[in-house]
Order: sequence, then structure tokens, then C-alpha cells
Amino acid sequence: MKNDISIVLSGEAGQGIRTVELLIIRALKNSGYNIFSTTELMSRVRGGNNTTEIRVSNKSIQSFVDKIDILIVLSRNAIYRIENRLSENTIIIGENTFIEDKYKDGQYKIKDIPLSSLAKEVGGLIYSNVIIFGLLSGIFNINLNLIKEYISEQFSAKGVNITENNINAVIKGYDYGKNLKLAIQVEKNEEIKKQIILSGTESVAIGALAGGCNFISAYPMSPSTGVIQFLAKHSEEFGVVVEQAEDEISAINMIQGAWYAGARAMTTTSGGGFALMQEGISNAAMVESPIVIHLAQRPAPSTGLPTKTEQADLNLALYTGHGEFPRIIFAPGNVEDGIFLTQKAFNLADKYQIPVIVLTDQFFIDSYQSIKPIDFSMFKPKNYFIKTDKDYIRYKITEDGISPRGVPMYGKGYVRFDSHEHDEGGFITEDPEIREKMVDKRLRKMESISKESIDAEIIGSKNYKTLIVGWGSTYGVIKEAVEVLKDDDIAFVYFKQVYPLPNNTQKILEKAKNRIIVENNATSQFGQLIKSQTGLEFNKHILKYNGMPFSLEEIIEKLKEKK
Amino acid sequence: MKTNFDFDQIPETAWCPGCGNFAILKVIKEAFVELNIDPMKLVFSAGIGQAAKTSQYINSNCFNGLHGRALSVATGIKASNPELIVIAEGGDGDMYGEGGNHFIHAIRRNIDIVNIVHNNMVYGLTLGQASPTSRKGSKTTLQLDGVFLEPFNPIAVAISLNASFVARAFSGDMKQLKGILKEAVNHKGYALVDVFHPCVSFNKINTFKWFKDNTYYVDESYDNTDKMAALEKAFETDKLPLGIIYKNGKNKTFSENLKAYKNNKRPLYKREVNLKKVEKLLLSN
Ligand SMILES: Cc1ncc(C[n+]2csc(CCOP(=O)(O)OP(=O)(O)O)c2C)c(N)n1
Ligand code: SF4
Ligand SMILES: [Mg+2]
Repeated sequence: MKNDISIVLSGEAGQGIRTVELLIIRALKNSGYNIFSTTELMSRVRGGNNTTEIRVSNKSIQSFVDKIDILIVLSRNAIYRIENRLSENTIIIGENTFIEDKYKDGQYKIKDIPLSSLAKEVGGLIYSNVIIFGLLSGIFNINLNLIKEYISEQFSAKGVNITENNINAVIKGYDYGKNLKLAIQVEKNEEIKKQIILSGTESVAIGALAGGCNFISAYPMSPSTGVIQFLAKHSEEFGVVVEQAEDEISAINMIQGAWYAGARAMTTTSGGGFALMQEGISNAAMVESPIVIHLAQRPAPSTGLPTKTEQADLNLALYTGHGEFPRIIFAPGNVEDGIFLTQKAFNLADKYQIPVIVLTDQFFIDSYQSIKPIDFSMFKPKNYFIKTDKDYIRYKITEDGISPRGVPMYGKGYVRFDSHEHDEGGFITEDPEIREKMVDKRLRKMESISKESIDAEIIGSKNYKTLIVGWGSTYGVIKEAVEVLKDDDIAFVYFKQVYPLPNNTQKILEKAKNRIIVENNATSQFGQLIKSQTGLEFNKHILKYNGMPFSLEEIIEKLKEKK
Repeated sequence: MKTNFDFDQIPETAWCPGCGNFAILKVIKEAFVELNIDPMKLVFSAGIGQAAKTSQYINSNCFNGLHGRALSVATGIKASNPELIVIAEGGDGDMYGEGGNHFIHAIRRNIDIVNIVHNNMVYGLTLGQASPTSRKGSKTTLQLDGVFLEPFNPIAVAISLNASFVARAFSGDMKQLKGILKEAVNHKGYALVDVFHPCVSFNKINTFKWFKDNTYYVDESYDNTDKMAALEKAFETDKLPLGIIYKNGKNKTFSENLKAYKNNKRPLYKREVNLKKVEKLLLSN
């Protein structure tokens, strides 16, 4: 096995697979390997079957692969859901009784590990996951002291005994892993040790802090909740007001109260919660309150598949809210952009006094990558509110449509927000002339917003004939597919701003003879948006909506057949 | 006389002559004058309805948002700047119907605001349908055979949630209303002031006279810190009690519980981002 290894951990919810994932990716990264990991869950707290894929590579990677080089089986019924991803090269490691007989007919390499008895020797079944961490570390020949250090850090709060048991567990696994002699070769790179491991969730939360977020209110909903949980952990340190709202309707209104009083506020939700927020989003448009909404998509309609992935809420974001008003939608495809765009969302929301939506999905949110440190000096968080004077009026009609926003107690003016149509002073009006002027004023902001759109990025050949279009979380897989294909005719264009469409959209798309769009949805929502705005159509659509992200193999194969 | 809270030009009100809202508006302004409150520090968070229009007629800061959501907006405002005096104002439909869930949770949070509910037992603005507080049997343009739902009892609900201040007043008695409002503003913690008032256009049952005949004031000997006694009061039906029914000033307010203010008392608008700290957080991840 060389340079690109895919490990899958398969077991039940509640077995601590996440702990193994976090420990091993850190250990691998700090040993100089590129890593990427992603989790696919069933929506339950215990039982069922969850899988986590960890990729170890000599290249920077960000995609899910079908192939499984090493499968770690942690419970019964842990193989059948991923059976079709096994090959003759797959090494299955697990307790004999967990591996059903039909897999033992010689087509796979099976390594029996007496996991339960090893765990019991250390102190109980609870140590199984740490043994697995040790096992994987042994397979990759990671420095044992490093491993022990992590274990001590992880468990020190639980007392000396528990820490010691865990260290014994990790050593048992480690020895076992080494003795397997799996002959794994992945080139290491010293530079990688300096990198940072980050999940999509963390990137959005850290981006928010970099954008000056000091208020978050949200109602829990997978896969969006990690963002508010992260900020809750750092609430005191960063002075962030964190509140679990009674429902999404409250959350979206609460954050407008917060912005009104001078905070920089956001909410985080998924499709169902976002749908409940629609009226509030429209309210923000009318009162001209900045708001930042993180919308982490999952398959719908309705409850859908709560823990799976999809990109089918673009239209929801695009058309959300009654009435006509400007908005911006970002869709980060990697964690650098998760930070960059969420940070930017705060500044743009503030500058234009509009809703800015950061659109992610479960695959993006629950995946980990390692990235180079980011230069934060490029971020310029700024409060756009002004100090009011005595004659301050809230909705002054201006050339660019932006009426300076005041904050109560800052200056000498009163700040009057109104959800009815209003005059410049913020008082109810039904005067048709003022109504038109106010609609025009609000919509006029779109001109400046469009001017500062973030360009779409071309990856691959500059002389492309075939252009693959992707947005958001498909970034990693399309990029890697294009790199593998190494075809001078093919390029990938990545949209991280999906609305308004970047200014280079038309030019980039027109140049291609063959346009292919890749989307994790059934109706090609982004393709439709592009068509409606540019008149350009796609020759091919690669769409997936079974709840899973695209795999690298799948994209490569489809591109070969569709080119 | 023109107060601090009056505009230079008196705005045209959208209320019917004889409506109880006029009295409530007048009393609110007088109460704030007597309390010597700086209008700069005052914010009205209002919903939608005839009652919620009150904020349109007061010269101070205001956020006249959506129907039902004034409490959520008020929570965001107060939590972002605890130095502001925040009033969440609306009708019985606004606060107990559309915003019912927020009513429950604003009380649980003990957000330090005054929640004024103009309770006319009807939906005024939408021309006379039943509200959550409509009495059984009330016939409306929509409840043609009369309301058969149990009326919502905001006083009992608030007490059972251990609200820190629960009062009921009547717009027909401006002196008492003013006294109660002033106490509510001075009270630390969430304060509910449910104000009965007649809707002369759409509520022909609960008229000025009806409220007069069917209410009474709790007397001096009544101990409004006794929760069970307060609950009993709240369930009285013969005549409805007016006054401060329950008071519990012991619980910490929402803002006092927030970690964001533990080491830093400044309102959020006065704070700046520390990018170095965020960068460090990323590096330590
Ligand atoms: C989401 C939404 N639903 C319905 C309405 C229509 N609406 C406006 S006010 C109101 C009820 C008003 O009753 P209440 O709150 O008791 O105020 P009142 O007019 O009686 O003072 C309704 C149903 C609305 N504005 N928004
Ligand atoms: S409809 Fe009723 S509540 Fe509204 S202004 Fe007229 S009398 Fe007052
Ligand atoms: Mg009413």
C-alpha cells in the first residue's frame, strides 16, 4: 500500500469512533502525513452503523473515496452497508465474531484482533476505541511517546487510574498494529507538522470570531449545531453572548435585536429551521438589519435524512423571505474558505445591512482537513454603525442605497427601526411615492454588492474545452478528480460565492465547449441559477442525492464517460 | 403638556376614538417622565397590532418588528446592551398567541425587561377575531357560535414559570396603571404588565363597564411574594384581581448569567475584535 491509504472505522453509535478519529488524525498529521477524514452517521445516539473514513496521503486531499484499504470492524453488522466498497486488497481488521462468515471465504484479507479480551485485560470494553487508536498508530509506525502524550492529555482530567489504563490500552493496540507488518508506505513531509487540523464546523465558528461575532442564538439542528457549541465553549474568553433559543423564529429575531443594539450576531441552522426563519429574514431586509445565517444543509424535504449530506437548499436561500430584497450567499468548499467567508459575511452584512447566508452541508461540516496557518492580518473586521447626531434619521435615501445605521446610546439621535414600509425617519407610511423610493433604495445596494463579488476560481488547465462547474463542498472531490485526470482540456471552476454570481462567471463559462455541472442535489439548482442569469446551459449534469457525498472514483468515472 | 417623549409634531394615531390604547400611551409617557428616564436609554420593541402601534407615538428608540416577535427582539437588545431600558409591547394576540412560545421562554430567561401587554381580549387590527384571552362564548366574525376554547391565563402561566414580576392593570384607572408601570420599570428582572383595555370597535362584551364590574384590586394585606397565594389569585374567576399579583426578585437576570459579561461589563457595541486571540485559538486547535 503506497501513498494514498483509506481507512474506514465501522461500528455503532456510542462506541467512541469520533475519539479515535480525532486522536489518529492528529497523530498522523504531527508525523508529517496529509490527512482528511469524514464521517457518515445514522441518525441515532446508540446502535445502528456509523462509518468514519480517514485518508492518509502524500498529497493534500479533501475528498471522500469509495475504496477501502483498511477496514476496522468494531461491531456486528458493520460490513454489509459498505460491502460494495471492499476489494481483494482490503484488509479487514476486527474481532472474529464481528466479521460475518460470508466475508471469510478468502476473498478478503482478514486479521483477527481479540479486541474485547484485550480491552477487558486493561479494564473493560470501554477501552476498545483507544486500543484501535493504538493499533492504527502501530500500523503507521507513529512515535509511541507522541501517542502516550495525546492519551495523557485526553484523559488527565479523569484521574491517574483511567489515564494509566488508557496508556496500557494504547500500547496493546500499538504492539498489535506493528506486528501486523502491513508494509505501508506514505511519504512524509516535515512541513505538514506545522499545519492545523480543522473541521468545517470549526472553520465557520472561527471565521465568525474573526468577523467579530459576539452574539449567537440558535436552536439545535443537525448538522448545524456544532457552531454554537464551539462558541459556547469560548463564550467567556471572547465575550460572546450565546443563547439556545426556544425556536428558530426566536433566534432570527433575537439576532436582529442584537445587531440593533450594536452587537455582531449570527445564527446557525439547517433547512427546516431556516424555513422557519423566513419571515424573520424578510424582516431584516425591511428594517435593514445586518444578519449572518449559517445554513448547514441536509437532505430534505421535511425531516429528510438528518445526518446525511445534500446541496438542495440553494433555492431556499436564494428565494427565502417574502418580498424583494438583496442578499449574499457564500458556499465554502474548504475550511480556509469556511473561515474567510464567514468572517467576510459579518463585514458585508454590516456594510450593506442585509442578510448574508453561509451555505454549507453535512459533508463539509463533519469533515476534517489539515491546513496551513492563516494570516489573520488580512482580515479587517469593522463596525459600520455611526455616531448619531440629534437630527439622525434611520432610512436616509442615499445614492448607493445604504442609510447610515445608528445604535441606541451612541450619539444623540434616536434609532427607529420599522417593519412596515416607512419614510426616511422610520415612521409608517403608505405613500406610494415613498414606497417606490424605499424599494429602489433597498434594491440599489445590489449594485455595489455585485461589484465586490468574490470571483469564481479556475483549477486545472487554462486552455480548457471541458469545464466542470461546482460550488461549496464538492470542491475537494472535483479538484482531486481533475488532478488525477491530468487532462489539458479539462478545468474545474469553483464557486464560493453563489449569489450574486461572480462577475467573471459569464466569461469563464462561455469559453468552454462542454460544460458539466456537478451538484449534490436532484434538480441542479445552481445550474438553473446560472442559466437564468447568463443564458448559458450545461451539456451534462452529474447529480447525486442519495444522502452521500460524491466519491473520487465516481466523479472520475463520470467525467470520463461524459467528456 | 409636551414631554420628552412627545414628538414636535403630534403624529396622527390610528386608533378609534374611545379606545383604551390612548390611556395606556398617555400613562406610559407620564410614568417615564416621573421616573426621570432619559429617552436616549429607552427602547421599545413592539410587535404588530393596534397595541403594538404605541411605539410609533413615543419619541425614543424603537424596533417595531414582526407580529409576535417583540420579546425575542427585546431579548437580543437587552443582552447586547444591559444599560438600555427595554420595553416589549404588544397586544394579547401578539404576545400570547403568535408569540406564545417566546412569552414562556422570556420569563424562563428572566430577561430584565418590561413586557406590556394590551389585553383587549380580541384581535383589533385584523377586525375582530377571537384572541387567546377571549372569554368563552364570545361571538366574533370568525367564531360565529362563540369561542369554546379555554381562555389563556397569562397571570397563572407567568407565576407558574416563577416570573419575577407579574401584574395586571386596567386602562380605565390611569393612576393605578401608572403606579404599577413605574414599579415594573424599577424592578430588576422580567416584569409582565397585562393591561385590560376595552376595544370599542370589536369587543362588545368586554366593555369599559364590564372591566369595571368584573375586576377588583388586591388589598394591602395581600402578600405578593407568596407564590401559592398568587396562583390562587390568578385562578379567581368571579372577579379578576388587579395589582401586583406576584413578585420574586431573587433570581439572577439573563444578562447577569451571561459569561460574555463576566470579565467585561461593556455593552457589545463598545467592544473590538482581538484578531490575535482568534489566530491563537486557531493555532491551538
Ligand atoms: C405572521 C403574521 N400573521 C398575522 C398577522 C396579522 N395580524 C396583525 S395584528 C394581528 C392580531 C392583533 O391582535 P392583538 O395582538 O391582540 O392586537 P390588537 O390589535 O388587538 O391590539 C394579526 C393576526 C401578521 N401581521 N403577521
Ligand atoms: S379596533 Fe379596538 S383596539 Fe383597535 S383602536 Fe379601535 S378600539 Fe382600539
Ligand atoms: Mg388584542
